[in-house]
Amino acid sequence: MTAAAILALVAVLCVFGPLLSPVAFDYLDWSHVSAPPSLENWHFFGTDDLGRDLFVRTLVGGRISLMVGLVATAVSLVIGISYGALAGYVGGRTDQVMMRIVDILYAMPFMFLVILLMVLFGRNIALIFVAIGAINWLDMARIVRGQTLSIKRREFVEAAQAAGVSTPRIIRRHIVPNLFGVVVVYVTLTIPQVILVESFLSFLGLGVQEPMTSWGALVNEGAKALENAPWTLIFPAGFLAATLFCCNFIGDGLRDALDPRDRSA
Amino acid sequence: MRLRSVCGVYDARMFRYAIRRVFAAIPTLLILIALAFFMIRAAPGGPFDTEKTLHPEIEAKIRAAYHLDEPLHQQLGRYLWGLAQGDFGPSFQYIDRSVTELIREGFPVSLQLGACAMLLALLAGVAAGGWAALRQNRFSDHAVMAVSMTGISIPNFVVGPLLILLFAVHLDLLPAGGWPTEGFLARLPNMVMPVIALALPQIAYIARLTRGSMIEVLRSNFIRMARAQGLSQSAILLRHALKPGLLPVLSYLGPATAAVITGSVVIEQIFGVPGLGRHFVQGALNRDYTLVMGVVVFYGVLIILFNFLVDICYGLLDPRARQQN
Repeated sequence: MTAAAILALVAVLCVFGPLLSPVAFDYLDWSHVSAPPSLENWHFFGTDDLGRDLFVRTLVGGRISLMVGLVATAVSLVIGISYGALAGYVGGRTDQVMMRIVDILYAMPFMFLVILLMVLFGRNIALIFVAIGAINWLDMARIVRGQTLSIKRREFVEAAQAAGVSTPRIIRRHIVPNLFGVVVVYVTLTIPQVILVESFLSFLGLGVQEPMTSWGALVNEGAKALENAPWTLIFPAGFLAATLFCCNFIGDGLRDALDPRDRSA
Repeated sequence: MRLRSVCGVYDARMFRYAIRRVFAAIPTLLILIALAFFMIRAAPGGPFDTEKTLHPEIEAKIRAAYHLDEPLHQQLGRYLWGLAQGDFGPSFQYIDRSVTELIREGFPVSLQLGACAMLLALLAGVAAGGWAALRQNRFSDHAVMAVSMTGISIPNFVVGPLLILLFAVHLDLLPAGGWPTEGFLARLPNMVMPVIALALPQIAYIARLTRGSMIEVLRSNFIRMARAQGLSQSAILLRHALKPGLLPVLSYLGPATAAVITGSVVIEQIFGVPGLGRHFVQGALNRDYTLVMGVVVFYGVLIILFNFLVDICYGLLDPRARQQN
């Protein structure tokens, strides 16, 4: 509960917080360069070495990070569910081939391929969304397939088959809606992973580009300035860690709640 | 006696299992290389795009020298053939240096960091997880789990700078970075922080895994049997519970290696360690295509090989794995 509340707070802050501050995220305040946090000059989290307000930047960066988390997860959701449900429902040789492909892809060092992709095709946000989503669907596909295997033996699916409903329609109307529980749990565990990948890329300077920013990019800047201005590291890092922690915590809790067998793990 | 009698069957099964694994690993390797190769060729802008426009004839000569004028499949064949001989091609940015040289230079450094981090992760993770399992639902268990959840959630590129802030800037105990070349002992203080930063998430993950599987094993019938026979707690743990309890950890070693290698890319950047990861990032920022691709392929091969070895070990330790499909 607390985790959910903190997460909601972070999200609300990121969406509405920047509106509260009188400065824009890329405004250079030359009179307060690398200023420590203070309440008087509106720089609640201090400023960076260019005099940009860290409070606003952290929250704007958070928007990007959270958005990447949601969008990339959605991408992986779409691919994973359709792939897994198809493999599981059709079964037989198709299933074997499809799952073997997943096995092969599993052993790939995807982080490196994403980095390669970012290097080659420029660093735009849309590509980050798609690239990260495209590599994160494997787990989802496996889980969805397993679940589909058990759902397809249920009576209502047989009834639909007997009634002559077409395969795509059965998958869409009868299989996928019943996957909901598992998928929700898994989504809460995918979001932090995705946010982590994005901040990893941004940290390396391969993700979001200036003057736009994200938590990873801010941590990178903070790490460079940490001797003179440790606050530039601590605030974005804190937000990032808190968000990841809460997501993991909720995901874990949900998984334990839905799958008692795993409760000990 | 029993062991010898089943030995023949055992070997044959194991052999078939190993063969199956090889056949799973080879396509993975080829797909990886081909994917990286075609991605590079599909990229907009070549490595020789400069501010000045080159004379078309000169450009054609350069392209011919790097075999860029050949059809794609021929280039891929040439690259694969080179790889088979350990040749990753010339670097497009560092003049007169081959990618193989750069890898040979950077990898030992990265290996030292990575191996130390893996070792630390295994020892600390198993110890913490096992301890938590023995005290399930007590305070120390919850404490270990809470700490490990934090460890999983804080990315290592955050841990790194925080460690520097604490130990180098405030306490002034350890050097903030760098990599002295005069021997292992001399650079030990430089290695402490990068190794910890690299290992921390893995320690956390392994601790959780160990705890979960140990709890399950400790509840199982054969442990109850051993208890009923009056074996001491330590004998039960070491001789009976540890092996099955550590199987999940073993199978996690593959992903863990991949994570440590990926992590070392940023960690080397943060701590100024002249390893392969730093070459990789520099190459990525300089658009040094062959270098980036060489590192991707090199690490990819390493990860796939390691996964293969882990699978084999798993097959050796857990007979059930050999019989599946």
